[in-house]
Amino acid sequence: MTALSQQTIDATRKNESQLLASWQANLDASGASRDSRINHAEFETQTRDFLRLLLAGTNNGDSANIAASEWSDVRAFLDGLSRSRALQGFDSHTTANFIFSLKRPLFELVHTQYASNPTELGSQLWAVTELLDALGMYTVRAFQKSREEVIARQQEELLELSTPVVKLWDGVLALPMIGTLDSQRTQVVMESLLQRIVETGAEIAIIDITGVPTVDTLVAQHLLKTVTAIRLMGADAIISGVRPQIAQTIVHLGLDLQGIVTKANLADALALALKRAGLTVTKAT
Amino acid sequence: MERIPILRMGDFLLVTIQVDMHDELAMTLQDDLSDRISKTSARGVLIDISALDMVDSFIGRMIGTISGLSRIMDAQTVVVGMQPAVAITLVELGLTLPGVITALNVERGMSLLRERVQSE
Repeated sequence: MTALSQQTIDATRKNESQLLASWQANLDASGASRDSRINHAEFETQTRDFLRLLLAGTNNGDSANIAASEWSDVRAFLDGLSRSRALQGFDSHTTANFIFSLKRPLFELVHTQYASNPTELGSQLWAVTELLDALGMYTVRAFQKSREEVIARQQEELLELSTPVVKLWDGVLALPMIGTLDSQRTQVVMESLLQRIVETGAEIAIIDITGVPTVDTLVAQHLLKTVTAIRLMGADAIISGVRPQIAQTIVHLGLDLQGIVTKANLADALALALKRAGLTVTKAT
Repeated sequence: MERIPILRMGDFLLVTIQVDMHDELAMTLQDDLSDRISKTSARGVLIDISALDMVDSFIGRMIGTISGLSRIMDAQTVVVGMQPAVAITLVELGLTLPGVITALNVERGMSLLRERVQSE
């Protein structure tokens, strides 16, 4: 590992403002700073802060090891930057480019400093490259992490959003299921439906599976569990929305849905529910 | 010793479980209830478990057993007020309690019992 020499660090410190100007010019040229999602002033503050932290880091610590505690400020800054970029919807390329576009101004600076000493020039260029690459990679990793957090949160929200329990009639609840049924979702669905049965005192719950793309043995088992739990609580369950393909799959798989009332569509299920409740629908004359 | 009270209401017996069930208590209840059914020749038993928020496989099986033995002694049994968490637990344990009649609350359970007894 090659470390930055004191001469390079001093030169960087002396030419800080010039470096900053040429870095910003570089970012401007690539169009990164003219994005509508981030304003120019904010961008300038970020470049200035980063350069200041970078200098502090090189001064105190070993440039070959950015995981050391001397670099914690720089790392914290990059964490924050990556997170805000991820939330603003930037891609990883643009985020990493923030660091990598500093390479050119730094290279030029090193070049002028060691114009007469090619050996030293080579080793210092290598040190600068290593440092910036490490910081760039760190940024990308942090960016990726924040993106994954965003995705995980969205998944959770989706899970809650996708299970509404609707009241169809007095004492009749319906649960339109949309999307694939896995164990976790079934659990959430089951809990919210049972809770609503307790709250409303509904005697009949209709589970509509029109929006469930496929039914395999596992899904059938989940459905059976839900229906059994509903029965244990003292209510009745009807499964509606069994499409022809799904009916075929169920028969071909040899699944046993005995004891479960199934209907082709929600209207039939509602008609049955009304009939059980002793209600009739008549046309007003 | 702690006991679960069994109340008589006309032709029916009323059991309300208000405390945490443990195995011994469950066994005592089973004995007491069969005794009372034979003494009073009750036609129906209503077991209210709305205050029960935790079950294990033993208690789950006990609910099934009580229901089964009262049916043999010619008393219809209705289990009412099962909490969602309890229902989910029983299903996950594989205890689907076939043959046990359930209702949402005591009121519905009572009317269900009357219907069933009348139709006999």
